[in-house]
Amino acid sequence: MAKVLQMKNISKFFPGVKALDNVDFSLDSGEIHVLAGENGAGKSTLIKILSGAYQKSEGEIFLHGQKVEINNPIKAKKLGINVIYQELELALNMTVMENIFLGKLPLSNRAFGTVDFNKIYQETKNILNKLGLDFTPNALVGDLRVADQQMVEIAKALLGNPEILIMDEPTSSLCDSEIERLFTVMNDLKKADKSIIFISHRMEELWEVGDKISILRSGKMITTESLDEIDENGVTTAMVGKEIKNKFPKQKLNIGDEVLKVENLSSNKGIKNISFKVNAGEILGISGLVGSGRTEILRAIFGADKIEEGEIYIKSKRVKINSPNDAVKYGIGLIPEDRKQQGLVLDLNVKDNITLSILKKLAKSGVLNEKKMKEVSKEYIDKLSIKTPNMNFKSKLLSGGNQQKVVLAKWLCAKSNVFLFDEPTRGIDVGAKVEVYELMIELAKNGAAIIMVSSEMPEILNMSDRILVMHEGEITGKFKAEDAKAENILNCAMGGELSGNK
Amino acid sequence: MVTSNHSTNTNNHLSKLKNFTYKYIYLVIILIFVVALTILSPHFFSYNNFINIFRQVSVNFILGVALTYVIITAGIDLSVGSILAFAGVTAGLFLRTGGNFIVAILIALLIGSICGLINGVLVAKAKLAPFIATLGMMSIARGLALVVTSGNSITIDNANYTFLGSGNIYSIPMPVIIAIIVLIISSFILRKTWFGRYLYAIGGSHEASRLSGIKVDKLIIFTYTISGFLSGVAAVVLTARLWSAPPIAGQGYELDAIAAAVIGGASLMGGKGKILGTLYGAMVIGIIRNGLNLLGVSSFLQQVVIGVIIILAVFLDKMRNKNE
Repeated sequence: MAKVLQMKNISKFFPGVKALDNVDFSLDSGEIHVLAGENGAGKSTLIKILSGAYQKSEGEIFLHGQKVEINNPIKAKKLGINVIYQELELALNMTVMENIFLGKLPLSNRAFGTVDFNKIYQETKNILNKLGLDFTPNALVGDLRVADQQMVEIAKALLGNPEILIMDEPTSSLCDSEIERLFTVMNDLKKADKSIIFISHRMEELWEVGDKISILRSGKMITTESLDEIDENGVTTAMVGKEIKNKFPKQKLNIGDEVLKVENLSSNKGIKNISFKVNAGEILGISGLVGSGRTEILRAIFGADKIEEGEIYIKSKRVKINSPNDAVKYGIGLIPEDRKQQGLVLDLNVKDNITLSILKKLAKSGVLNEKKMKEVSKEYIDKLSIKTPNMNFKSKLLSGGNQQKVVLAKWLCAKSNVFLFDEPTRGIDVGAKVEVYELMIELAKNGAAIIMVSSEMPEILNMSDRILVMHEGEITGKFKAEDAKAENILNCAMGGELSGNK
Repeated sequence: MVTSNHSTNTNNHLSKLKNFTYKYIYLVIILIFVVALTILSPHFFSYNNFINIFRQVSVNFILGVALTYVIITAGIDLSVGSILAFAGVTAGLFLRTGGNFIVAILIALLIGSICGLINGVLVAKAKLAPFIATLGMMSIARGLALVVTSGNSITIDNANYTFLGSGNIYSIPMPVIIAIIVLIISSFILRKTWFGRYLYAIGGSHEASRLSGIKVDKLIIFTYTISGFLSGVAAVVLTARLWSAPPIAGQGYELDAIAAAVIGGASLMGGKGKILGTLYGAMVIGIIRNGLNLLGVSSFLQQVVIGVIIILAVFLDKMRNKNE
């Protein structure tokens, strides 16, 4: 196979930091090459250098053996290198075809500046067909599901017929069936001799789609291997620098009394007739496709969505929850999926975020008790070993795992007893994931009731005591962890027969 | 490594100097203005002129504080100038009937607060964009002020009342004293109370604040009420200084108030803003205006200069944030 791309001795210095240190990387044509590493390992720096967003400090880049300088993103595109970033960069108020042709709209008349809509309609239709997508080029991007938006992003990247496609966590917001579709597309591209650099935090999918893997750690290239020759353990060890013995530190705990019970719950966001209970020391996993109502269950219990029918009981006492404020009073804490927008106030410092829910209680006749705030913050920074230079550090600058711990600390100091986790480990490093799991177990040990919504099958299977499966707002499956099998859960998630044994 | 160490050292010195300038940039800039104006105009550097500047600035500062509170929550209040006029004329009408001056003040404050409360409910409960809700109130309050006065200015001759605008205590003008009281209380609330901290949290992220159990709607309503209340305070100060309550008072004041807050570092995106910054913003505008007047610059040209200053100040602030 021909070498398409070679990056040699690439280094990148930022003031005070060596983000990349003498990194070699090469790409064959028709290859799907996984780039792995923890957050801050240098993956995105390497990609940004390749896509022209950053300039390398040292080293050389060759395309087809020819030395090239990639000075800016436009140059990169001209050279046939396209990136699909993790955060979708689409104009939600415009149509699919307009988005795909954004910045390169063909004109039907130069003088008047009129756009040739027929042409972009046809061309978009061709691309959509090729990708097996069923929405029309005229659809508003904002009306599409996130997964379809992702596909629009891919369609956009394919438009220039690039040779090298870089995909930065394209699967993080997709459900399993959508991921399958994406992989099919990737394999088609591969057959057409395109090369793909693929980044994903989901370990299991690397072997499904990848050919080779390169692993970065602290700015250094640790290894490049064929995925046939390395197993999951090997990858994790290379990424973290030490072996992680137990990825899911689940323990069998004594299950205590009922803490939370919901009966016939329906909300204005489409969940119907939901009933279940959670006991002290128990982790209830909720699985289902994106949009199946998983998150909405948590939001309804937390008072973030409006409850239309049904009852909620805390320790067998019926409670009325009309707002998150009520929920917090009853000891419920929500750790939302979108940590940056909903979990934290990014511009506030660690201390302020930890004490956010209890600030009013800590204050004396309205005046903040700074001393108490510091004490409480310190206590939880130590307890959860949150890695932050100090408690006045902006939360924005923390790593994902540490941000998640700050959110958790907020509920711990609010003395919550019911924890609603929504995708607790999304976008978090392998090492930090284990820490989050350990914290969940610790909470359960102390008698907390935990509900965990997750798209990651291994997480659901290995961390839950019981599992609920959602489909279109209703519970379609109930499993005990020891009887649960991935295919049964998937079946229920797709709306198949209720195959659960109680 | 050795060479890089050397360069970091000089870098450190440079960045220290930069940090120092940035930290005290407010004082530095004001100082530059003062020195320049002192050289240019013989009348500028005198006790009387400074007192004069402070008095002129006080109303804009009080409204600037109102805007700072609202802007921190990622809102905006365009109605402060109109509310000022409406609150002012109602107090004036009450005084004309021979009413007690304390009751007149309370009426002005109450009218202001009610208008603010309505703004707050429209924003928090009816979910109107703050720009729209307060744009409506701007027109409504102005209209009401004109309706109740038939468009005529109300003369005020209650000496107790006018003392608040024209009197002195130890030769410090009352408007300045009131502005200082507003400065101390509003700054204390923002910095030292849970309410202040929650305003920053709400401005930083509405949703995260709500999901942390903060009663966001209630606090936003309260914030707009404070803004209305402060418009009432400004109304008292202004009408007491003018010895009259014109229904067209305060036109365009909302823009000066926004400018003061924004020059002072408040971000229209929310989550940022300080009362001391707003004081600086109001002072910069006041000093420039006063200096330009003394220099005999036409009021038309003054507008151009003020506009340039606003843009420059905010641009500087952006650069500073980037540096951080």
